[in-house]
Amino acid sequence: MDHLVIAPVLVPMLAGIVMILAGDRWRGATVSLGLGSTLALAVLSALLLVLADGPVVRIYRLGDWPSLFGIVLVLDRLSALMLVLTAALGLAVFVFSLSRWHRAGAYFHPLLQFQLMGLNGAFLTGDLFNLFVFFEVMLAASYGMALHGSGTARVRAGLHYITINLLASLLFLIGVSVVYGIGGTLNMADLAARMRDVAAEDRALLETGLAVLGIAFLVKAAMWPLGFWLPGTYAAACAPAAAILSILSKVGVYAVLRLWLLLFGAAAGESAGFGGPWLVAGGVLTIAFGSIAVLATQNLSRLAGASVLVSSGTLLAAIGAGQVAVTGGALFYLASSVLAIGAFFLLIELVERGREVGADVLAVTREAFGTGEEEEETQEQEAVGVAIPGTVAILGMSFMACALLLAGLPPLSGFLAKFAILAPLLGTGEAGLPVTTWVLLAALILSGLATVIAMLRAGIDAFWASPAGSVPRVGVIEIAPVALLLALCGALTIGAGPAMDYMQAAAQALHAPQDYLRGVLAATAARPGGGG
Amino acid sequence: MELVASLGIGVLAGSGVWLLLRPRTFQVIIGLSLLSYAVNLFIFSTGGLRSGAAAILEPGEAGSIAQYTDPLPQALVLTAIVISFATTALLLVVLLAARGLTGTDHVDGRERDR
Repeated sequence: MDHLVIAPVLVPMLAGIVMILAGDRWRGATVSLGLGSTLALAVLSALLLVLADGPVVRIYRLGDWPSLFGIVLVLDRLSALMLVLTAALGLAVFVFSLSRWHRAGAYFHPLLQFQLMGLNGAFLTGDLFNLFVFFEVMLAASYGMALHGSGTARVRAGLHYITINLLASLLFLIGVSVVYGIGGTLNMADLAARMRDVAAEDRALLETGLAVLGIAFLVKAAMWPLGFWLPGTYAAACAPAAAILSILSKVGVYAVLRLWLLLFGAAAGESAGFGGPWLVAGGVLTIAFGSIAVLATQNLSRLAGASVLVSSGTLLAAIGAGQVAVTGGALFYLASSVLAIGAFFLLIELVERGREVGADVLAVTREAFGTGEEEEETQEQEAVGVAIPGTVAILGMSFMACALLLAGLPPLSGFLAKFAILAPLLGTGEAGLPVTTWVLLAALILSGLATVIAMLRAGIDAFWASPAGSVPRVGVIEIAPVALLLALCGALTIGAGPAMDYMQAAAQALHAPQDYLRGVLAATAARPGGGG
Repeated sequence: MELVASLGIGVLAGSGVWLLLRPRTFQVIIGLSLLSYAVNLFIFSTGGLRSGAAAILEPGEAGSIAQYTDPLPQALVLTAIVISFATTALLLVVLLAARGLTGTDHVDGRERDR
């Protein structure tokens, strides 16, 4: 049963290798292999989610080496949650790409598989250097995905994306080697156990190393001022690639969540809580920057990119608050926002299909400069009494659901998530709340307002003000993935009780990682000196 | 030994950062290469620097753990070299594509307005 833990890495890896060997000749076989792999991943991750929801942290020792000598994969509630989100997004992206995008360039399917492999590996690994390796697998695949479909805009954005990520990887390496030089281990659990005993003169150096490591993660999570690359890259990428890229920024958040709570928890001695205020401040600034970007943009893809920034900022600020209940709410928000943003990126492509090029750019400018008035008058005459076509109605409903989810309005899970973050923040202080809490509160609510305004404007422009007769042609295979992701959000809303219990249990395990430490370190003690 | 190594790393990293901030794509890629050399040397040096030590065993002595250099940084540096080599090669391809598509080697794909 424990071998299941490594399956989410192996399945896409093998599928990807076979796909590359098969090349472009057997497209049908490649597609069915991809379908099999993504479906298998969905089933596997659901199974692992059930397995993880218990007190036991599951450890997989590669090659059966004891965990301090070998490499371990660790499955706890947080990694299982991330696996499920990845699998859901992977399935949606795969199905969506079948309509046209997988033919827009070579090797879409293998790239998607390697992307999933890297993501799953990064979520499962219990070792810093393997985290680096899986990051690189994931990034290498994402370079291909971001460039998929080619074209000047993608290559230009891809150049920036690759350069920034190479630089972040170098920072990651510097951080890892400083941590190894001082801590003497790369195993996360072992490092956490040693945090208290670090010599006083080495502590500053170790903290510096971990801070450099943190910067590498925060570049990935696109914290202000490290996130200027994100909106441009995501807007240039093709729809399925952008949807899968949107979970990449959550990998950075995941790494911060995992390492910060593990290494700088209450057990870390003098280092406890190191960097927390930075996370809160950076998160709030990211929310502010994201909200301004949401309002400023006239392009739907950039709007989606900016809402990725808002969601990253919200998560970082909530994590930085360092309270168990707030972290639980943040995990709920993570699940909801990953699904909603993925659906939104896919939806944008469908919505924009029916519009003439540059219409979105002109929409606001037209109002400001008063041009094109006669055009609107003639449209009004024609548009009177025209029923909204079925396709547009479905797209409009999905768009509205995305807007509600992203802005955090009731009744969908976005609202529950924001409520779950805010309620414990407000409930803690008996003698008045600290200023940071008020700032965070204001940032969260104002970012919701900004998203509502931007989505309303974009929605009116896309569905009500668009010229009649330009109904986008949308296949069932394209709207189904969007519906799947939104339905998952709906399920999260209806099953909010059990889901919230799961998130709170995950948050508790993150804040008090005894089970995690015991699990990994016991795997060492079970066979001392063995494994040769 | 430490001084030479740290000066070398510092010069490489400094030139790398300077080149990375330049506006031409080729300068950026050379900057990234120099930075990755600096990082590789840095990882290597975390295993401890010794001069004049035997590779594995002193002649005529039984080996002991104390004589070994920590092998883990060497394993790390190998992985890091392979990965940064591969991604730099990929970046080079994208650089050429960008040069072909935009007709300029400026990192933003267009010359700055003068």
